[in-house]
Amino acid sequence: MAKLVHPKRALSTNPLKSSAPLGAALAYLGIERSVPLFHGSQGCTAFAMVHLVRHFKEAVPLQTTAMNEVSTILGGADQIEEAIENLRKKSNPAFIGIASTALTETRGEDVPGELKEIVSRRTDFADTQIVYASTPDFDGGLQDGWAKAVEAIIDAMVPPSTERDPELRQVTLLCGSHLTPAEIEELVRMVRAFGLEPLVLPDISTSLDGHVSDDWSGTSQGGTPVARIPDVARSAFTLAIGEQMRKAAKLIEDRAMVPYRVFQSVTGLKPVDAFVRTLMGLSGMQDPPPSIKRDRSRLIDAALDAHFHTGGLKVAIGADPDLLFSLSNALTSMGAEIVTAVTTTQHSPVIERVAADEVILGDLGDFERSAKENGAQILLTHSHGRHAEHRLHVPLVRVGFPVFDRIGAQDACRVGYRGSRAFLYEIANTVQSIHHRARPEEFGAAPIAEEFEHVPHVASC
Amino acid sequence: MSDALKSKIQDVFNEPGCGTNAEKSERQRKKGCAKPLTPGAAAGGCAFDGAKIALQPIVDVAHLVHAPLACEGNGWDNRGAASSGSELYRTGFTTDLSELDIVMGYGEKKLFRAIKEVIEAHNPPAVFVYSTCVPSLIGDDINAVCKAATQKFGTPCVPVNAPGYVGSKNLGNKLAGEALLDGVIGSIEPEECTPYDVNIIGDYNLSGELWQVKPLFDKLGIRVLGSITGDARYRQVAMAHRAKVTMLVCSKALINLARKLDERYGIPYFEGSFYGISDTSQALRTMCAMLVEQGAEADLLDRCEQVIAEEETRVWKQLDAYRPRVAGKRVLLYTGGHKSWSVVSALQELGMEVIGTSVRKATDDDKGRVVKIMGDDKHMFENMAPKDMYRMLKDAGADVLMSGGRSQFVALKAKMPWVDVNQEKHEAYAGYMGMVDMVRAIDRAVNNPMWSELREPAPWETPLTETRVLPAITGSCPVTGVPAGVGRPVSLVPPMPPASSAPAPVTAFVSSATDFEDC
Repeated sequence: MAKLVHPKRALSTNPLKSSAPLGAALAYLGIERSVPLFHGSQGCTAFAMVHLVRHFKEAVPLQTTAMNEVSTILGGADQIEEAIENLRKKSNPAFIGIASTALTETRGEDVPGELKEIVSRRTDFADTQIVYASTPDFDGGLQDGWAKAVEAIIDAMVPPSTERDPELRQVTLLCGSHLTPAEIEELVRMVRAFGLEPLVLPDISTSLDGHVSDDWSGTSQGGTPVARIPDVARSAFTLAIGEQMRKAAKLIEDRAMVPYRVFQSVTGLKPVDAFVRTLMGLSGMQDPPPSIKRDRSRLIDAALDAHFHTGGLKVAIGADPDLLFSLSNALTSMGAEIVTAVTTTQHSPVIERVAADEVILGDLGDFERSAKENGAQILLTHSHGRHAEHRLHVPLVRVGFPVFDRIGAQDACRVGYRGSRAFLYEIANTVQSIHHRARPEEFGAAPIAEEFEHVPHVASC
Repeated sequence: MSDALKSKIQDVFNEPGCGTNAEKSERQRKKGCAKPLTPGAAAGGCAFDGAKIALQPIVDVAHLVHAPLACEGNGWDNRGAASSGSELYRTGFTTDLSELDIVMGYGEKKLFRAIKEVIEAHNPPAVFVYSTCVPSLIGDDINAVCKAATQKFGTPCVPVNAPGYVGSKNLGNKLAGEALLDGVIGSIEPEECTPYDVNIIGDYNLSGELWQVKPLFDKLGIRVLGSITGDARYRQVAMAHRAKVTMLVCSKALINLARKLDERYGIPYFEGSFYGISDTSQALRTMCAMLVEQGAEADLLDRCEQVIAEEETRVWKQLDAYRPRVAGKRVLLYTGGHKSWSVVSALQELGMEVIGTSVRKATDDDKGRVVKIMGDDKHMFENMAPKDMYRMLKDAGADVLMSGGRSQFVALKAKMPWVDVNQEKHEAYAGYMGMVDMVRAIDRAVNNPMWSELREPAPWETPLTETRVLPAITGSCPVTGVPAGVGRPVSLVPPMPPASSAPAPVTAFVSSATDFEDC
């Protein structure tokens, strides 16, 4: 059981955290034909957009209410209205997701109230769904912003119902921010293998999976169709992936009495077993499809081959709580030791379940210092960990967001039996890539006498 | 087989230093000691493999294999013998004989050219030329080629005549020893000799095992003059005839070399092991005693006892930390030779239970020690078929298997921890410090939380408590669009769309009201 530690310092060195509005934007991008809109100054959007583009290597539609000095002081309702109008004209989005920023939150705007007024007055906006989430940059990290956006979507679009009339084959898959498009795809594949139809929310696996479409579009190019979102009320069950999705799942239950289960991790043998067991129960299938059973036995074999490299491995990991928990849990179950755990936000009960003595609420500066002090042999964090990698001469496995110095970040899959297998291979191979050549000095042995060494003469042939 | 090789093999088989051989009758001895190999049921390497293994850890030599590709191509760089200097021994050199070379008899010429090229490129202190089945069969004379090349290039070229078909890996080891005696040992004189010079034969310095022991020699002022063959230099092997004592580590493989060093140069030898604590101490004691007999100062004995006492105290202190983690664990040992008993006592002292040990390749003496340590011979077995071993491990007759790579997967597939104690291992387990590493490896293997997870039943092995019947699948497949309950229609490949005509020429640019950066 880990203790959450707040370092006593004012200076943050090399941030680990990405901001909450960015997380909200990412969640909004998992809705079909959407445009996320930041209610803030231009820069808030520009930085976030560059971050997203560098990670996904895609054009990302992200807009701003472009608050200026005057509108900041007098109120930004006009800016919001104008932004919506312009966005509708330019890209005709089906969905606009608004995320507040530190600027507008500090001013203290009543955006929900103003938005209500705008929507009721502007009947011409009716065919665009507008959702607002309060995501000040100064509270929480990427996964908090994501969770708030998902909650806002459900709050705005799932109607309360008093009667249960479920589609028994439909399940809602609430995806946390730590899942990559390939990971959502893998979970979808598993759910479908049991004859169930997943309704994914939000679904970045069809919008940010990195594909070329036939036409240019100023909105997201895939994602959960807006018309389908109210249907989560009719699902037989809600599968929430990541502790961050608990509130959203609870909200659906409150609204429409849909039972739910939160999966804090779907990486590693036991967590995936639990997921599969739930699918078995939902589908009434005692005998899962052959592909599932085969994948499990292959994961076991991978674990056997990988444990030689993971046993006793000292790991430093820095990530948002849900990712931190699922990856570190998979590694400790393979005999690894988490010597350094750094996370970004305190709003998560999984932190104390991390198998480390302490989890630092900190930055990559803390990460590097602790990894060095504790003799970490492998680093897991996002691309900015490369500086620590170079200075400590310890290999880095890129996980989380952003991964900007490698391509195909959206294709990394570390969930399900298949993804867990790939993850174990990834770790074991990274360990092996550092070739250790034994030297006599390591054992305290004197080097060989010079007399014995061959002095090459000039070849006489 | 050439007459020279035949008589060499005969000579090697007649090994008076070998206890088993000495007890045989004259007729049996003539037959040789190699057990006939059973077609369809043989495992292990050939004579060439044995020769290469024995000599390859001489690190600065170019090891040139005269053969079609398989002999070197399938076998190079697969052992963990560590070097503190040259990496040339890890480089795979072969003549890669082709069909044409064999049919037309180009083998010798190609070999000569290959020797020339390897000397030009790497300038090694020597080239070891290995003969293999095909060149021996077609009559390539590698001795003659080596002789000519040595004369022409000035770099010693040493023929190693151990083609695969002549016998087992063990025989190959011995033939390699003969090659050194004939072509290398005694060819260079050391600058100075001391009464503390020793030869170590048969330690391959796997992952640095020699270096785990060397600090002990350093402390006692003992110099490893001739190292055959861990982290060895060519010059060391060539000077081996000036050492005062030879220690033979892997007892049977190179005994002919040790004996002949005694006969030719008067260097006495003893067999010892650096596996296990008491063995390491015993080896040090014997070595020091023999050195004193050979003229070293008598105080060496006292210093030796002091070092042993210090080291043993220290290692037991380190091992005590692991005692609670490994005590009570049941170990199945499957190695052979002296390892069948040398680690047993240390494991027992840590509270582990050795439930069985294989005595393959072990001498009567080895077997006697097993009985002595384990109380009776019930725990001793020769071989165990993989099937039986799997069953035994699967039924949890043991907590951990310690063996070589060949039985690795028998253990793993039975979801049983496994520790590598043979030559392919990646950790060094020699001497006092090696014992700590070995126990640490056992701890890491048996206490990995993975095992309990792996052994738990799969989700579908426990019955569902409530049954649920879902309605039939309706709608259509989300991927193909095929409606439920309908067989997938055979789809024809749609015709290619007509190639589009030339793109419309750009006539005018429309300026956007917003900056592109804003979109």
